[in-house]
Formats: sequence, structure tokens, C-alpha cells
Amino acid sequence: MLQLFKMAFRDLGRNRRRTFFSALAVAIGLALLMLMSSVINGEMGNAIQSAILLQSGHIQIRSATFDENKSSLKWEDLVVNPDQVAAQVSALPQVKAATPRLFASGFLSTGDESAGVKIYGIDPDSAANDPYRMGLLDGSFLAADDREGLLIGKPAADKLHLQVGDTVGLSVNTSNGDVLEQVFTIRGIYSTNTYAFDAATILLPLAKAQAITQTENHASTIFILLNNDADTDSVVSALQGQNLEILSWRDMNQLIVEFETMANSYIAFFYLIILAITASVIVNTLIMSVYERTREIGILSAVGMRGSRILGLFLAESSFLAVGGVILGLALGWGAVQLFNINGFYIGNMGLSGFLVGDTIRAQLMLDDILNLSAMTFIVTLLAGLYPAVTASRMEPVAALRAEK
Amino acid sequence: MEVVKIENISRVYQVGKVETRALQGVSLTIGSGEFTALVGPSGSGKTTLLQMIGCLDQPTSGRVFISGQDVTTLNRNQRADMRRGHIGFIFQFFALIPTLTAYENVEMPLLLNGHTPKERRERVMELLQAVDLSDRANNRPDQLSGGQQQRVAIARALAPKPALILADEPTANLDTANGQQVMEIMKRLNQETGVTFVFATHDPRVISYATRIVTLRDGVIEKDSAAGAK
Ligand SMILES: Nc1ncnc2c1ncn2[C@@H]1O[C@H](COP(=O)(O)OP(=O)(O)OP(=O)(O)O)[C@@H](O)[C@H]1O
Ligand SMILES: [Mg+2]
Repeated sequence: MLQLFKMAFRDLGRNRRRTFFSALAVAIGLALLMLMSSVINGEMGNAIQSAILLQSGHIQIRSATFDENKSSLKWEDLVVNPDQVAAQVSALPQVKAATPRLFASGFLSTGDESAGVKIYGIDPDSAANDPYRMGLLDGSFLAADDREGLLIGKPAADKLHLQVGDTVGLSVNTSNGDVLEQVFTIRGIYSTNTYAFDAATILLPLAKAQAITQTENHASTIFILLNNDADTDSVVSALQGQNLEILSWRDMNQLIVEFETMANSYIAFFYLIILAITASVIVNTLIMSVYERTREIGILSAVGMRGSRILGLFLAESSFLAVGGVILGLALGWGAVQLFNINGFYIGNMGLSGFLVGDTIRAQLMLDDILNLSAMTFIVTLLAGLYPAVTASRMEPVAALRAEK
Repeated sequence: MEVVKIENISRVYQVGKVETRALQGVSLTIGSGEFTALVGPSGSGKTTLLQMIGCLDQPTSGRVFISGQDVTTLNRNQRADMRRGHIGFIFQFFALIPTLTAYENVEMPLLLNGHTPKERRERVMELLQAVDLSDRANNRPDQLSGGQQQRVAIARALAPKPALILADEPTANLDTANGQQVMEIMKRLNQETGVTFVFATHDPRVISYATRIVTLRDGVIEKDSAAGAK
């Protein structure tokens, strides 16, 4: 047995260049798989994290009759005493921040241009609004008692040619169906690196938003961030029982979750292609080496080596190749991911509309994926080695010995 | 005691529509300790006959007995086992495994037969000494001359203490001196250990070592010196 490994090992050393290129084929296959899976991970993780941070939070509490698509401002569709509810939720240890938000819709107009906008009434002091605070590109953040200021996203500011300090007219739908218009001053320009969001969303202090929409002491939702994604279900069940609707980020981001599932099946298809290419390279080189060694196989057979041992010899060779290839591939894959992440992959506003995708994708290697992909590559290489090995083990000694010269 | 007993074997090769009758009704008995030469013109069936005796191939019809056992009924694995235990081979080309040293090449059949490391070491050194190559134990085949390689092959063939050694033109690729040395060694081992040798050859000097000469022509035995003078 040991002798078999020794022979296999030396056989690989005979044609070093070919051995190296076969191992390289395995390695490149694995590296591609790692890069692909880490980019997808980065993308999906990015999409979900930014959706949670900017749009859905981990959990939201809403009135049972609230309809997100209508942004209704009727009092029965809203949460009463939102500050009090938020304070109660904040008391839970898993909760990082809970803050009321009011959603309204309206129109932004400058002298000659106008645009439909979504209005977010936010509590400027809450940690949940850090993404906006940190995304401030110019000007200053909102103050809770500001009655005339707003924040605008960078794409919208560019489109309407607005700068900090400019004034704009904002028309807002109110709770009783009227439209109120007021002049506001641009206090700051923010970017969350999410084009779809930044282009359409205006931020106002909650108190001002309540006042202008006539929804005093009501909010559309209580927006809750947790310290840990994994606590979502336990906090959701802890919050049940009130006469309000409790939604988790999975409920609110079904599109992304579905997209992820779909993407995974496409990825599996690409994985198969990469593995198939790797396998065919291995099959080819091993078959070549089997035929080159026809006579040697004949000698082994003449000396009385059974087919199963000859099979073992060639399988030992392909497993060495697989081990070497996987180790090399891990190094290559890791390097490729580092290289990729030096710049990331800028997708700008090509992000699918409706999705909150950050504008730069970064690859993210997961231990799980590394292990799975390495195992997959290893097994595929062994399977690829099976056919040449079987061919070798089935050679008739006479035919093998006649292959003279 | 007979080591080889062949009963009326034929071997027909079919390549496309062309049939070649390499052996047609050959019967032959070879006793223990014989040193037999198979001679005959090219294409007369010498190699084919050695392959039948060596369980490398099977006859189209007829029976082959090795040490009393009918080998024509054996399957692939059983034939491999038969070769491993009972038959040694020496080929015209110096059939060594290129990745293994002289020592390891000789050790190979012993490993396959499951001998202990101590038994293997003793046996390999003894054999390398017998073929006068003790000092070349750690050389790979490509570091040995043709004659040396052929001597390693002889040591390997003898390693499992077979009843029978088959050699197909063992000296054809050697110069006169080396060919002679190889034949001397084979003859000596035949006399010392009593192992039976059957070898095919064209070379008159090699034939002169034989105690029995079997002449083939067109797949039939034309002449067998054992039938006449000994
Ligand atoms: N695998 C094969 N397929 C077809 N014909 C074959 C095969 N092996 C041998 N033959 C034919 O069988 C006949 C006997 O061949 P064999 O090799 O036994 O002759 P030989 O006596 O060993 O000749 P040589 O002295 O040239 O080695 C020849 O006509 C040969 O062409
Ligand atoms: Mg021949």
C-alpha cells in the first residue's frame, strides 16, 4: 500500500510540467468557484444588509391596517404614541435601536423643475439613523426641532441642481387628503450608496413631518435594529400580543430573499460548468499518461498485480493531484478575492431597480463555502481520475506488453 | 514432475476479417528443471506460446496446465494470482518499472505476495548478489546498462521463487558479452535452484545453452529435441 503511494508520487514527478498544469487546472477551477461564490455572497449580503439598515430594519411594528404601498396617513393606519412604543422596545436587550418613522409622499419643486419624492420623518437623535448621518456628504445633519430644513439625496440634488442652503418648495399629502406646500432649506446632502433610495427620498425631522402631514403623535412604523440578525425571530415573538403588526426583515424583503434563492440555483449551474471543464482537463491528461505507460501497466500486470491494485495506483495519483490542486487553488482563490477587493466592483446605479444594492460589490469569503467548494473540487477530480484508472486496470497484459518501443 | 502441460492448443487472432492462426494444435510437456529453448522463424508463434504458458493470454481452444492446475478456466484476477505466485517473466525489452530502483523492482513481487520487510530485504539482497548487482541496488533503470537492467529483471522474475520462468528473446537487445553473461546467470540459477526456464530465441549461441530445443513453424511444433537425443 505504501509502495503504491510511493510509486504514484514518483509517477507524478516524472512529468513535472504536466503534473503542474493538471494541478493548476484544478486550482484555477477552485479559485474561480471561490471568487464567484464570494462575490455573490458579498453582493447578497450587501443587498440584505443595506435593505435592513436603510429600508426595513430587522423588525417593524405597524398598525394592522397599514399598507406600505399607499403610505396612508389616516390615523387608524398609524401607530399611536410611537415614542412610548419605541421606548418599550428599546428596553429589550437584543435591541440596538428602535425609532418611530413617518412615511409620506410629496413633490419637490425648484424654479423650473419638479420631482416626486418619498418623505421620511425621522428622529435625528436615534442611532438607527446613523447611516444617513454617516452618509452626509455636504452640509449638516437635521436637528430634532428644525422646522424648515430637510436632507436630500445626492442623485436628486444633482438632478435638480440643488446645493446646501438652497430653498425648495415641498408639497406634501396630509392625513385628511389635502396637499400642503412649504418652502424648505436644504441643510445637507446625503448618500447611502444606494441609488434607488437616494434618488427618491427626502429626510425631515419627525416632529416637522408629523406637523405638516397633520398626524400628530402618530408614526407609520417603529423601525427596529437588532444587535444580531439571528435574534430576529425571538424578538418578533417577544413583541407579539399587542394589537399591532410585527414584521421581520424576511417578510419585508421577500423579493431579495427570493432573488437570493434564484441566484443560488443559477450559481449552481455555473459551478457545474467550471467543474466540468476542470474534470475534462484532468480526464484528458490522465488518459494521456495511462496510454504513455501502457507497457509499464503490462509489466505490473505480468508480475501479477491485480487490476484493482493498478486502479488504486492511478487513483492514488489523481488524489495527490487533487490535494495539490486544492491547496494551490485555495491560495489562488484567496489571492483573487483580495485582488478583487482592492477596488471592488463598481456597479453604480445599474443595481436592479427596487433593490437596495450598494454601488460597490465586495467579495466575501465564507468558511462554509471554502470547505464545500474544496470538497467538491476534490471529489470531482477524483471522479475524473476514475475513468483513466479504470482504463488502466482493464488493460490486457498482452496488449500492454506488445506496445513495444 | 511436469511444470507445464499443454494439450492441443490453438490461438487464432482476428483483426478485422483477417484471421491469423498463430498456434494450431500444439501439445507440449515441460518437466521441472528443464532449460528449454523455443526456436523458429519470425511469426512462427514463439511469443504466442509463451503468453499461453504465462497466463497472459488464453488459447482459442485446448488446455494449459501449470503445476497441474488448468489455467484456461481462470478469470483475470485468478490468472494474475497465478502469475504472481508461480511464473516469472523476462522480456526482450528490459521490462523494469522506471520509477523504482533496482532494489524496489526486485522487491515488487514480494510486496504483492505479502512478505514481511525482513524477508523481503534478505531475499532482494540475495538475488541482487546472485545477478552480481549488489552495488547497484539504489540505481534507477535509466542509470543501468541494458545488461544490468536485464539482470535486475532476472532477479525480479526469481524473487517469488516461481516454478517457471519464461523469457522472450532475453538477449536480443544485448551485445554478445552481455548476452552471454545473462545466459550464464540463467543457466546457473537453473542448476542451483532447479527452476524451470523456457525461452524463445533466434540466437544460435543462446540455443547452445538449452537442454531441450522445441522448434515451431507456422504455429505447429516441427521438431522437439527431447523426442530425440538428450
Ligand atoms: N495481437 C495480435 N493480433 C494479430 N495477430 C497477431 C497478434 N499477435 C501475434 N499475431 C500474429 O501471430 C503470429 C505469431 O506471432 P508471434 O509473435 O507469436 O511470433 P514469434 O514467433 O514470436 O515471432 P518473432 O520471432 O518475430 O518474435 C504472427 O503471424 C503474428 O503476426
Ligand atoms: Mg516473438
